[in-house]
Amino acid sequence: MPITVNCFATLAQYSPPGGQMDIAPGMTTGKLVDLLGIPRDGVKILFVNGLRVDLDAPLKDGDRVGMFPAVAGG
Amino acid sequence: MSRLLRIDTSKQTYSFDPMGAYEGLGGRALSSRLVSREVPPTCHPLGAKNKLVLATGMVTGRPAGSSGRLSVGAKSPLTGGIKESNVGGSFAQRLARLDLMGVVLEGKPEAGSAPVTIIIGKNDVTFEDASDLRYLGTYETVKRLMAKHGEKASVLCVGPAGDTCRQNASIQVADPNGRPARAAGRGGMGAVMGSKGVKAVVIVESGSSPAIADKDAFKAAAKRWVEIIKGHPVTAEALPNLGTAVLVNILNEAGGLPTKNFRSGRFDNAGDISGEKIAELIKARGGEVKEGCHAGCIIQCSQAFHDKEGKYLTSGFEYETVWGFGSNILVKDIDDIAMLDRLCDDLGLDTIETANAMAMAMEAGLVAWGDGKGAIELLKSVYDPKSPMGRIIGGGTNYVAQAYGIDRVPVVKNQAMPAYDPRAVKGVGITYATTPMGADHTAGYSVAQNILGVGGNVNPLTKDGQVELSKALQIATAAIDASGFCLFVAFAVLDTPDGVECMSNMIQAAYGKPFTADDFINLGKSILKDEFAFNAAAGFTAAHDQLPEFMSETLPPHNVTWDFTTEEMQAVKAV
Ligand code: SF4
Repeated sequence: MPITVNCFATLAQYSPPGGQMDIAPGMTTGKLVDLLGIPRDGVKILFVNGLRVDLDAPLKDGDRVGMFPAVAGG
Repeated sequence: MSRLLRIDTSKQTYSFDPMGAYEGLGGRALSSRLVSREVPPTCHPLGAKNKLVLATGMVTGRPAGSSGRLSVGAKSPLTGGIKESNVGGSFAQRLARLDLMGVVLEGKPEAGSAPVTIIIGKNDVTFEDASDLRYLGTYETVKRLMAKHGEKASVLCVGPAGDTCRQNASIQVADPNGRPARAAGRGGMGAVMGSKGVKAVVIVESGSSPAIADKDAFKAAAKRWVEIIKGHPVTAEALPNLGTAVLVNILNEAGGLPTKNFRSGRFDNAGDISGEKIAELIKARGGEVKEGCHAGCIIQCSQAFHDKEGKYLTSGFEYETVWGFGSNILVKDIDDIAMLDRLCDDLGLDTIETANAMAMAMEAGLVAWGDGKGAIELLKSVYDPKSPMGRIIGGGTNYVAQAYGIDRVPVVKNQAMPAYDPRAVKGVGITYATTPMGADHTAGYSVAQNILGVGGNVNPLTKDGQVELSKALQIATAAIDASGFCLFVAFAVLDTPDGVECMSNMIQAAYGKPFTADDFINLGKSILKDEFAFNAAAGFTAAHDQLPEFMSETLPPHNVTWDFTTEEMQAVKAV
């Protein structure tokens, strides 16, 4: 199933081409992180459709995923 | 011995006084205490009774990383309440090196008097005619003053906006490169300085390090301090490598990036104005990716941004500014946004307020949404002291809204809201509503727990825990603003068990008097008490602690509204 995945800041290099990916139904965010080759402790903030989730959240068709390392500003 | 320098701008006299009742206070603790004790709360902010305080932090000037901050305080012409605006640059450290905890500008010269530049020496003050600098931009002002007083001169000044007492005028402070890119921006402190006929304040003497009572203890705490700051991924890596604009993408993902005057929490072109994009351009154009706003900053979130020709354009190019002139007014050309930042610094205007004022101009149809070049042209009108349009734009967000009959006005206590939509980042909404400063994110940065997962996690979209969170942060922030440390140290401190203790240890060692982590928190409380009391006496009530009416509209993508009553938020003020 298709989802949108964007990795930001120092994780940008892991973004799939065009931010689009096809994944197996039922995959969790943690498995997605593994699939992209990102060390799990490198992902500090994870959004699915704008909501913060952990590494065990199941993904659905058309989800928008955003991943960040530890960042801040103000 | 710490001293206070009082300058009477009406008579051009001065005195170096002992600290007296203000002994042991610095930064925001000093500025807010002095304003709350000596300025009548109902006075006209541009009148002789208002006082402008330039206060150096409690440990500033000593070898403690990222501690060179200045607190600028007065009654605000923008909000009508008490104001402290915190700023970097070299000035605070230089004051400390003259054993000065603060400079107080008092009185007001007669109408028609020539503006002055105040030169502070070790034990004397001179007043120079500044007629030739009036209406001049801050970059040229600093350049001329440094040419005259030498490379080592430390300068703060107002631009054309402050010269003409516009409500949104900032005070610009030069950084170690002599660039006036650091702003005591919020609340019109530049208008207060302008009202006292002061164009600039210059420190020529380099002085010597202020006293440290227990050198060994200070050294040990300062060493632990470096470990704390350098040991946290945000202060050690994210801020120096990507600057504060790294927040563009994260707020956009979270659905809290205010877009088109707070109509949506997402901007389609967020990537074009992101911190990642800015860092890429800086590298390609030969700018500086990381830079300290003062010597001895061990975080270095600032940078030097160059234009397309590779020439320096601006620095201290912060998230708030990028948002304000970016998604807030639908501009996606980062070079236009950088130019608007440069113009604000040069004119001496607060970027957050100016960007929201520009949104009002777009609501009014003066400039089309997304027209960066049009915004630049409109903003340039502020240079002309005779331009009525420049006067209106320089008056701030609500001033423009009133001139054009706009009712979608993003202000609290007449001060414009920053770069986090309070409906989708509710904790910071509580801060906007309740801080004595008017809408201000820095006063209690709940974004850390709401969005960034620093210092804990609190769901940004629900009401639970937000009031308590904002209150705790407002107290801690007030204390940090008094200490002289940059607020950005909080990202590391919040995640480190002995963070507050370490800051307290440095204060204790500097002054040789017991100062515990509890004292640190109590200091924060006492500052807020002073500020709330001043505002109450100035006529502020619970009814003023609310967000604008249009916050009841739903905000996409989460379709959330602002749903706190003023009563629900009053607990913040019971400090
Ligand atoms: S972290 Fe940034 S704002 Fe804070 S003192 Fe350092 S350079 Fe200045």
